[in-house]
Amino acid sequence: MAEKGLSVDKKEIKNQDEFTQEGPIFTPNVDIYETEEELVLIADVPGVLKEDVDIDLNDNTLTIYAKVKENKVGTLIHKEYDCGDYKRSFTISNVIDQSKIGAELNNGVLRIVLPKAETAKPRKIEIRS
Amino acid sequence: MAITRLFHPTGYNSLYQYDLLQNEMNRLFDSFFGNQTRTRRNGFPSLNVAQDDDNLYVSAELPGIDVNDIEINTDIDTLHINGERKLKESGKDLYYHRQERGSGKFSRTINLPFAINTEKVTAEMKLGILTITLPKADEAKPRKITIKTA
Repeated sequence: MAEKGLSVDKKEIKNQDEFTQEGPIFTPNVDIYETEEELVLIADVPGVLKEDVDIDLNDNTLTIYAKVKENKVGTLIHKEYDCGDYKRSFTISNVIDQSKIGAELNNGVLRIVLPKAETAKPRKIEIRS
Repeated sequence: MAITRLFHPTGYNSLYQYDLLQNEMNRLFDSFFGNQTRTRRNGFPSLNVAQDDDNLYVSAELPGIDVNDIEINTDIDTLHINGERKLKESGKDLYYHRQERGSGKFSRTINLPFAINTEKVTAEMKLGILTITLPKADEAKPRKITIKTA
């Protein structure tokens, strides 16, 4: 897959179920890749504290919800981006070992590691002669 | 409402109008070529500019970018931000299902609405958000004028 260039494409969630709180909600950009052992999901969530990330796995649906506390200084005189929470859901198949999911947050990047279940790992089957 | 504009610093209008003009040009360009995204609107990164009495604050969302890969240069009335976003995961036996996060070099220059004290500019990277604090030069600060009575 070709590498993607830098662009400003913060996608706001529109016309979904209404949220109880005001303010925009964005879908974070994610990279998802797979290796033999695991599936890794990396999401850009700038402005999010570790305590404010909510990763929820429910019936094969992985939902990331990250709250942003905007720290306002001074009065805004020029605005190109909006601040708001991040929310995105993915359907995860059964091949993931759901008990071993791990996540870390570093410099605005959330990284979720989803280890594959033993049964889903590739296995070489030898043919006996 | 012309009078409200007087309370903004002098450069504000030109900055604002530049943005308006650029937005308008981009809108025309996009509508001509079939608009799928609004990504052309600004350069990368998007910048928010705020001010109070003493400082100008420029902030940008730069998640996952190493501070050593960012270079900030200031002039008396311009600010240059250059950098590169490198994504760590590459090579190996990775099979990508989705690749939405961009990488590459970026560069932005903005004209500041007033003179700044270039010696005292500070920058901070926190939670993937870069905030540059630019102290106003003394002559640009608001000043209280006392009225003398005869």
